[in-house]
Amino acid sequence: MTTSAFVTEATEPDFYHVRTKHKGILAWVLSTDHKRIGILYLVTMAFFFLTAVLLGLLMRLEMLTPGKTIVEPQAYNTFFTLHGIMMIFLFIIPGLPAVFGNFMMPILIGAKDVFFPRLNLLSWWLFLIGGILALVSVFLPGGAADTGWTFYVPYSVRTTTNVLPALLAAFTLGFSSILTGLNFITTIHRMRAPGMSWFRMPLFVWSLYATAWIQVLATPIVGITLLLVSLERLFGVGIFDPALGGDPVLYQHLFWIYSHPAVYIMILPGLGVVSEILPVFARRTIFGYKFIAYSSLAIAFVGSLVWAHHMFTVGMSNTGVFVFSFLTFLVSIPSAIKVFNWIATLYKGSIEVEVPLLFILSFIAQFCIGGFTGLMLGTLAINIHVQDTYFVVGHFHYVMFGGTGFGLFAAMHYWYPKMFGRMYKKGPAVLSWLLLTIGFNVLYFPFFVMGYLGMPRRYYDYLPEFQTSHQISTLGSWILIVGLVIMIANLLISLRKGRRAEANPWGGETLEWKVPSPPPLENFHEIPVITTGPYDYSKYERVVQEAK
Amino acid sequence: MEHHEEQKHHGTHVISYGRYLLIWLGLLSLTGITVALSGLDLGQWIIITAMTIASIKTLLVANIFMHLKFEDRMFRVFVLVAVVTLLIFIVLTFFDYAFR
Repeated sequence: MTTSAFVTEATEPDFYHVRTKHKGILAWVLSTDHKRIGILYLVTMAFFFLTAVLLGLLMRLEMLTPGKTIVEPQAYNTFFTLHGIMMIFLFIIPGLPAVFGNFMMPILIGAKDVFFPRLNLLSWWLFLIGGILALVSVFLPGGAADTGWTFYVPYSVRTTTNVLPALLAAFTLGFSSILTGLNFITTIHRMRAPGMSWFRMPLFVWSLYATAWIQVLATPIVGITLLLVSLERLFGVGIFDPALGGDPVLYQHLFWIYSHPAVYIMILPGLGVVSEILPVFARRTIFGYKFIAYSSLAIAFVGSLVWAHHMFTVGMSNTGVFVFSFLTFLVSIPSAIKVFNWIATLYKGSIEVEVPLLFILSFIAQFCIGGFTGLMLGTLAINIHVQDTYFVVGHFHYVMFGGTGFGLFAAMHYWYPKMFGRMYKKGPAVLSWLLLTIGFNVLYFPFFVMGYLGMPRRYYDYLPEFQTSHQISTLGSWILIVGLVIMIANLLISLRKGRRAEANPWGGETLEWKVPSPPPLENFHEIPVITTGPYDYSKYERVVQEAK
Repeated sequence: MEHHEEQKHHGTHVISYGRYLLIWLGLLSLTGITVALSGLDLGQWIIITAMTIASIKTLLVANIFMHLKFEDRMFRVFVLVAVVTLLIFIVLTFFDYAFR
């Protein structure tokens, strides 16, 4: 990728062992090194993720039989609210950008750190404070919020549970997200290595760039909206209350103006990870680089204009319904461009089946199911039939978990050697992939069937005809959890016992593979000069050609 | 690099107190006009009127008080992207409200 010589052998201590101003835990929580901050995010997020997984598992257990199985209805309401808030705001929105974006993006563009390292640390602190607020709201008198993660008015204004701390938590987390976005935009504009033009940037960086713009432009809207709900709760201002001249549908508009683009904050970096990993294991230059890069921007832009498809049945005007349905269909174009280009990249590649690729293959299949069911939901006639049913829940879990979640697992297995300097064991990793993929599909596919037959979401109880599907789904959750435990155990054990990783275990061509594993404090001995694009696998392609 | 850029962008652009005061008074009168107009029954036009006044106020604040006028072209483009996005959000929302 470059003409300058790289030092792949460690000639200076890696960033874990470098001398720091503070010692112990302070060396982490006060560090402005992008790599340490990435790992701080990883650890914090893992905690919230596992808590939310536990809540999800309990919800599935509750749904094993009609009526009460393990908890009361109010507890169930709290479970799905907290599961949603934690998974969305504390895991999947920060997810890939905060962990792998922070750790990898500066290295991928040949920089020593992000542009605003202190702001980066502040983002993590705000994230932590927001997360603690969300947790504290559970234990304060009044009980945990029971509104669902969407905080819809008028219920969120009237319920006596702790909605205010939960709102404040989401507000604080929003700030963290904005600051990360701002940092990434600035870093990508200002700190690319000499010779790294826009079209020599790795595609993961393109996806982070598109994501960062949504973070900066859309998040303030939800921030203000959540403050307005707080004002409404505290002072009865009348912005959303019809009795005082307000409009509850306005809340839904304002909420989804952020929260739909937020879906793309969640998925875009996942799409970037796929584009990053596929060429490495297909040993082929990515097909349609520019199309993939532009499609990230197109998804970010068009994806910001489709929010009201969440609201087809709430009393919008027919014109509005028609316009938003049309716009929803447009998003499928850039998404399909990506999928076609990925398939074309694999075609005639010298495919090497490693764990990251397996996760990516599951990602593509599940993302396609999630995407197609999304188009069904964008179709007015079907939408009215399945609105607020398990079909919707199935759809977004296929995109968010089957897509982004698996993308995160893929990224974890791909960059693990670079981040920790160790290799994990392949056998357990493959087993965990298999169990996660089977468990995921057994868990969520029945949602489509149940939803289509009329099972409403967020209901504590159900009719007897849904029991078989619910039981299959709960069984899936157990398979999934076994896969998850194996994956986490494998990764944790390998931190100490894994064999030492070389600088470039996968044969990647991007910059992170040209520095030692783990990287030194400032990543590069000297800033590299970039002379070619990021995925130059022409040497392998030549070998394949000659073999014919 | 950061330091160098700062020097480039934060040159000496002194705006007189008198001018600041004038702009401030202008903003106050525009607020007064918005309040006065809210009492009139202008139908759908009230939105356009209110948004126009708000846009003028935004332009004044961003250009004068926030010094956008003196910034690099890149920053102005960035702010323009944000404003256009907001405009699109508002227009799309009115596909609902204007046709109910």
